[in-house]
Parts: sequence; C-alpha cells; structure tokens
Amino acid sequence: MNLTLKIWRQKDSKAKGQMVEYKVTDISEHMSFLEMMDVLNEGLVAKGEEPVAFDHDCREGICGMCSLQINGEAHGPDRGITTCQLHMRMFNDGDTIVIEPWRAAAFPVIKDLIVDRTAFERIQQAGGYISINTSGNTQDANAIPISKEAADKAMDAATCIGCGACVAACKNASAMLFTSAKVSQFALLPQGRVEATERVMNMVKQMDLEGFGNCTNTGACEIECPKGISLENIARMNREYLAASLAKS
Amino acid sequence: MSGLIKSSIARKVAMALSALFLIIFLLLHFSVNFISIFSEDAFNEASHFMGTNPLVQFLMQPILILGVVFHFVMGFVLEAKNKASRPVKYSKYNGGASASWMSRNMLVSGAVILAFLGLHFYDFWVHEMTVKYVEGDMSGVIPGTEHLRYYEEMHAKFADLWRVIFYCVGFALLSLHLLHGFQSAFQSIGVRKFRNAIVKLGNIYAIVIPLGFIFIALFHFITQ
Ligand code: HEM
Ligand code: FES
Repeated sequence: MNLTLKIWRQKDSKAKGQMVEYKVTDISEHMSFLEMMDVLNEGLVAKGEEPVAFDHDCREGICGMCSLQINGEAHGPDRGITTCQLHMRMFNDGDTIVIEPWRAAAFPVIKDLIVDRTAFERIQQAGGYISINTSGNTQDANAIPISKEAADKAMDAATCIGCGACVAACKNASAMLFTSAKVSQFALLPQGRVEATERVMNMVKQMDLEGFGNCTNTGACEIECPKGISLENIARMNREYLAASLAKS
Repeated sequence: MSGLIKSSIARKVAMALSALFLIIFLLLHFSVNFISIFSEDAFNEASHFMGTNPLVQFLMQPILILGVVFHFVMGFVLEAKNKASRPVKYSKYNGGASASWMSRNMLVSGAVILAFLGLHFYDFWVHEMTVKYVEGDMSGVIPGTEHLRYYEEMHAKFADLWRVIFYCVGFALLSLHLLHGFQSAFQSIGVRKFRNAIVKLGNIYAIVIPLGFIFIALFHFITQ
C-alpha cells in the first residue's frame, strides 16, 4: 500500500520542530509499523537526508523502548500492543498517518520522535525497590506464604514496561498509572510492605516534582496501555498514599 | 502531613470528598423540591423549616457554600495544572478512542453548572438573604396574609420559558458531569470494593436526579 506520513521533525531538544509530510510506497500489510518506518528511513538515507529518529530496541513488545503517538493514539489504533507490534494491516491504502512523539512537560523531545523518559527512572529510584539483598544467600521463595490473588495482582502490576503510553494517552499527561503499577507490585507483597509508607510518599513526591498532571480517572491510560495495567492500581496507590500520610502525621 | 495538602493525590481526594458532599446535598435538595409536586403546604413547611432553622442556616449553609466554592475553584486549579503538564499539544489527539466525552470534559460540564448556579443563586438565595437578613422579615408569610410565601415565589419563577430552558440545560450537563463523576469520586478516594454496584448506582443517580429536577421545572412551567 501507499501512504502519506505526517511526522514531527525536530533537530534537537532546543530546536523548534514542525510536522513534515512524506510519502512511502509499496508497504506490505504484513510489515510492522517500525519496519514501515525503516523503509521510510532507507529512502531518506538514499536521498542523503537525515533519517527520522525514533526509539526502539527489542521489537517484540517487552522492552518498552518504542513509543509514538500514531493518529492521535499512543502505540496506534490497535489494543494491548506496543508500536513495534503494530501491523500495517491496521491501515488502508492511501491513508494519511500522523506520527508524533509522546507529549508531556515531563517528557521533553530529544530529537524527532524520541523523548526523554528518565522522569520515570527518577520516580522508580525514589522508592520502586526493596532494600533487601537479593543476591547470593536468598531464602526459599516459598518460605513466605503469599495468596494466589495477591501474587497475581502483583505480577499484573509488574508487567508494566514503563513505555510512557499512559502519560501520552492521558489528557492531563498524568503518570499515575505507571507510578501506581510500581507502587502496587511491592505493596501487594509482604517483602514490599516493610517500606510501603516511605515508598508511596517518595514516589508520589517525585512524580509531582517531574511535572506530570493529575488523574481525572478518564481511563484512557488503561485502554492504551500495551500491558493492560488496571486503574485498580491507581485506587490502590491513592489508598496507600492516604494511609501513609496519616501514619506520618 | 504536608503531603496531604500539596500532593496531586491529596488534591484529587479533596476534590472527590467535596463532590461526594455535593451529591448527598443534591439528594436532600431534590427531596424538598419534589414535595412541591404534590403538596403546596408541605413544600411551604419544609422551605420555612430549612430557611429559618439556625442549624441549617448557620452551620449547613456555610459548609455548603464553602463546599461548592472549593469544588469549582479546585476544578479550575486542577485544569490549569493539567494543561501545564502538556505545553506542546498534539496536532492530532484522538481522545475519544479511549475515554468518554464526559470524563474528558468535566470542566465544560462544570462551567455550565456554575453558570446555572449563578442564576439559581440570583433567583433564590439572594432573594432569601435580602428578605430575611436585610429586611429582617423572618416570618416567611406573604405580607397582609397568613400564607407562607415560598411556593408562590418559586412557582412564579418558572413562568419564564427561557429560565426553564436554562434549568433544563443546566441539569442535562449535571447529568453528564455525574455520569463520569459519581464513580470517579470513589476511584479517587481509593474505593474499588463494590465497583460494579457503584458504577450502576452512579448511572442511576446521574440520570434520575437531574431528570427529576427537570421534571419539577417543567411541572411548574406547565401548571402556570
Ligand atoms: C459549580 C460548578 C462545578 C464545576 C466548575 C465543577 C468542576 C469539576 C471538575 C473540573 C471536575 C474534574 C476534576 C478532576 O480533574 O479530577 C469535577 C469533578 C466532579 N464533580 Fe464537579 N463541578 C461543579 C459542580 C458539581 C456539582 C454540583 C456536583 C454534584 C452534585 C459535582 C460533582 C462532581 C463529581 C462527583 C466529580 C468527580 C470527583 C472525582 O473525580 O474525584 N460537581 N468537577
Ligand atoms: S521495541 Fe521493545 S517494546 Fe517495542
């Protein structure tokens, strides 16, 4: 199929960017979206032009590096997948596809479609860990009984790959789905309870410092999340936060 | 404790609590108004009680006013903060693909409700305050008679077609506000238990109560 692409081009973090139109031809519907982008870039390189910069790594939906706001949706029109797993069969011959970077004050553009997502790392560093030495002399995993339900919910929360689609999709650029997943994966387990109070306070504080917006519970994050992280996690984080604030006062 | 005042979650929880308070108040308000459908006297009695009881007047009324003001001021504050979190807009943003119109436009529905409240306060509250506390007439009767004035004054307001239309629009937007807001408030304070029941109850409340208010307005317009 033949497509028209409208892509955000921005030389570096300081440059003023703009939307630029490109044509790509003979795209197979079996290609992934990123393969289509590769075809575009090969053409640009052959013409001596600067290729479009975009993030990617594993290309199999597990690393969380790929991003892209495609036709106004995080990771494009399909559900439960990352951009690298989006197939061109989701589009039609002759379509115009608008491709933009994640937009958020806390995710500044580095170049073209690549944004700086280290804000997520700083939130994680503020408390997304347990201070137990887990290397070497680890005790048997079954020594601490954990209910199936808690284990499943913690595991579901832990599937978050930190891609930032929740922020991109949210009308408020809120990072509450990400932060709540990282809070929940520990809060649900006995090993995580030990530092639960400090964790939620510090992670939320960092989240606010980074300049993410507030949650309006629109649920867009949950729908656009490639891993289906549930809004239930945000409610849990709110509960944890309230309990922690009261415990600290 | 400072976290409870300055953090994003604290603001959300405060928003939700003020909203839940308004939801309870609205139910009470509806109950009193609904009496006007079947009994002029009972409505007069109820209005006179609400209008002269010191507990209602000097405790509940100030709390209510504070609650309303807090809610809409916080609504604007949150909106401003959220706008600042995305300084560069998307050239294409398909918000409708993943979230309802109601949830994305709480400020729009809220602003219409605020405009309605402006008229509503002008119509009833300012008048009541003037009669009772400026002119000092606490009797609640029509001068020269022994008849309570509330029903007649209220009924007369709904003679005006434009006012009735504005009331209907205001409540239609309140319905949209609550179709998202009711369950959202529970999510904000971290309640996920009975989720399905809360969503259902919220939908019922958000449709029945505003429709009820619209019905009352139309009733008084038609029975002029
Ligand atoms: C006076 C005008 C009003 C304005 C300007 C307004 C504005 C808003 C805004 C902007 C929000 C979304 C806040 C957010 O981003 O989380 C909101 C939430 C809400 N509002 Fe209002 N509102 C008004 C009146 C009312 C009234 C009269 C009620 C109920 C009877 C109400 C019930 C709610 C509820 C239940 C929520 C959800 C709270 C939450 O998500 O935690 N609002 N309002
Ligand atoms: S490139 Fe790893 S998830 Fe898409």
